[in-house]
Amino acid sequence: MSRWTEEFFIEKGLLLTAVSSIIIIALIIIFIFMEGLPAIQAYGFFNFIFGMDWAPSSGQYGVFPMIIGSLGITVLSLLMAVPLGILCAIFLSEVASSKMRRILNPTIQTLAGIPSVVYGFFGLILLVPFMRVQFGGTGFSMFTASIILTVMILPIIVSVSEDALRSIPQEYKEASLALGATHWQTIKNVIFPAAIPGVITSVILGMGRAIGETLAIIMVAGNVVQIPGSILDPVRALTSNIAIEMGYATGIHYNALFATGIVLIFMIIVLLILANYLHYKKKVTIGGGYL
Amino acid sequence: MHRIIPPKIAQKIMNGVFWASGIITLLVLLVVIGYVLYKGLPVINLEFLFTDPIDSGRSGGIFPMIVSSLYVTFIAVLVAAPLGVGAALYLAEYAGENRTVRLIRFGAETLSSIPSIIFGLFGLAFFVIYLQMGWSVLSGGLTLALMALPTILAASEVSIESINKSYAEGSLALGATKWQTVSKVVIPAALPGITTGIILGMARAIAEAAAILYTVGAALLIPISLLDPARPLPLHLYILATEGISMDNAWGTAAVLVILILIITVTTNTLVDRYQKKMMGR
Amino acid sequence: MEYRIEAEDLNVYFDELHILKDVSLKIPKNTVTALIGPSGCGKSTFIRTLNRMNDLISTFRREGTVLLDGEDIYHPKVDVVDLRKRVGMVFQKPNPFPKSIFDNVAYGLRVHGITDKDVLEQKVEEALKGAALWNEVEHILDKSAMGLSGGQQQRLCIARTIAVEPEVILMDEPCSALDPISTTKIEDLIHKLKRDYTIIIVTHNMQQATRVSKYAAFFLHGEIVESGLTDQIFLEPCDQRTEDYITGRFG
Repeated sequence: MSRWTEEFFIEKGLLLTAVSSIIIIALIIIFIFMEGLPAIQAYGFFNFIFGMDWAPSSGQYGVFPMIIGSLGITVLSLLMAVPLGILCAIFLSEVASSKMRRILNPTIQTLAGIPSVVYGFFGLILLVPFMRVQFGGTGFSMFTASIILTVMILPIIVSVSEDALRSIPQEYKEASLALGATHWQTIKNVIFPAAIPGVITSVILGMGRAIGETLAIIMVAGNVVQIPGSILDPVRALTSNIAIEMGYATGIHYNALFATGIVLIFMIIVLLILANYLHYKKKVTIGGGYL
Repeated sequence: MHRIIPPKIAQKIMNGVFWASGIITLLVLLVVIGYVLYKGLPVINLEFLFTDPIDSGRSGGIFPMIVSSLYVTFIAVLVAAPLGVGAALYLAEYAGENRTVRLIRFGAETLSSIPSIIFGLFGLAFFVIYLQMGWSVLSGGLTLALMALPTILAASEVSIESINKSYAEGSLALGATKWQTVSKVVIPAALPGITTGIILGMARAIAEAAAILYTVGAALLIPISLLDPARPLPLHLYILATEGISMDNAWGTAAVLVILILIITVTTNTLVDRYQKKMMGR
Repeated sequence: MEYRIEAEDLNVYFDELHILKDVSLKIPKNTVTALIGPSGCGKSTFIRTLNRMNDLISTFRREGTVLLDGEDIYHPKVDVVDLRKRVGMVFQKPNPFPKSIFDNVAYGLRVHGITDKDVLEQKVEEALKGAALWNEVEHILDKSAMGLSGGQQQRLCIARTIAVEPEVILMDEPCSALDPISTTKIEDLIHKLKRDYTIIIVTHNMQQATRVSKYAAFFLHGEIVESGLTDQIFLEPCDQRTEDYITGRFG
């Protein structure tokens, strides 16, 4: 084989591996839609999305309470994880000594690597009884689930925000300090605003992980299909719905679970678009001069 | 308008807040890992690691689960590593900036943000049913490969891009072909980063349960053939805990998983450290 | 003669590296003092010691004293933030914040507690006029500073510095990244500013030193070889090394 043909085949081979991601995405979307759309057609789009009842045994397939459940758990956990995560990121990038950083960074990596079932199990054994004693009820609730999720999304928010904060040029910091600003004023007025696009990305990534988390939530959320009246009520997330019922679902019930997957995919796509848009927009208004 | 808190006091308060947030994060980890190890380590011994479960896991060991985990992870890495590294090489070394490349990047980005249960659904519909692989280590391993792919791709691409372009130019100027340059100069220099990427992908595969819930089955036997069903560790833990079979064995399984992750984290950190030292000239 | 800054037997180390060796220098009030010398001779380190910017570097270590108006700036009771308010700095590369032109100049004022809009507007205008930039940016105050040219950005950084009314302005090779026309504008500005401020400028450019400064100090390998009136140093240097340097034999 000539050198030219060898080079040609290698390049095309590599291109093929690169295209595999697109093929996989396409296959995933095709198969999920193929299995899910029949249920939406049979039950009606509106009834499916906004239906309040999910009772497969009597042919009811409304996922609205679970959309609310997923969003509720996600928002609640973001409310806790975002402030803590951003503060922790600032601590790591600006305040902590290099020794402290050497302890905390692997800590955060480990937190990110621990399997979600371990978090779920931990929550089931320790947090659920604790919540039961503190707040009454069963202890299985939206709040309990969001506490576990907070711990799970904290590492993403911290590490991505930290990278963003670290990438801010040292000159900005020096300029601010040289004007007699305190370190905190410098962080608040210069470093943090310049890092906002990265921080937003971190929050959206955390949100994506929260919406997609499955087994840990099943183990602590109580999984009752209802719109929660308070954060202490049990809820069921979209992901949980699939994992709980797929084991015995047949016929349209089986299709309805794939349709639940379609709703999830849409949520993730909206997040991705939002992330790209905000990232782009913020970049332009903050650092881009006359753009 | 007057300032309520003088800047220097604000500085002191915020320093306290920053330290507190750092310490809370550290405490959370210590509590989670500490408690799992505290409950799980007493359960772990050679017998627990190397015998079969008895009575669906009420007693006995977790040997088939360890084998299952290694088996599916091995398949996942075997499939995802060549795809991920190949794609990274293409993006970093061959592709320019055009629509195909942007589409590939968008694909990888989307793939990395798809929830694991969706992978599970896809694995069920595609591998298990459509390709008739059934509930098996093959179905589970391939599903995990799809999840590990974006992780490996992203880490490899970053490390390949960080290789100084002048190395490659030096090689090309000597009359080496593109592929000779890539295989003899670029890949060796990026190898620690690529290895780290593969280990991270492996970690994702080892820890995953939702994606294999409906693809790998739940058999308690040691899987031999590619088409045997199996029960990897996270799945075993999930079943033990949710069905209330044995909390002791659940803690033991959780501890084994946590130790695996700790080993992986320490390994990757050491690799990255050594790599950075080498790049800085020892 | 009255001195604004007096450095005595100053030694600075980064880790094991001995950067400044027994440096003693007195900076007279309301004049321009130029620090000259080849790169790596310690002149930038020296001025960064005067507003304690080196404190940001964890390996920094110092012996000896620096007095500002007779007070030791490294005394434990001294607040770095107050010190930097009194000793402003203009950096080598223009480093405006990614904010509007107005917000850049107002930054220091706001940080020091001025929130009244009228006061801010008046002071920003004064500072921009003081930095000879007002005519060029008067109508684009709300535009991002990143859109200005390099020379304009540097004058904006000077405006930002004088807005907080420091006593001393440190300039670390302020023209090294600029074209000749912008450089002339900055030099004119330095002449204007010396009436109100004590200016210390680090420069590589011999001609610039003779053009803008009254006093000069020649640094070499972390030591001061010679200091005194600029004219004297350039016309009749006492030390052979100074002569070699200013006549371009090395550096």
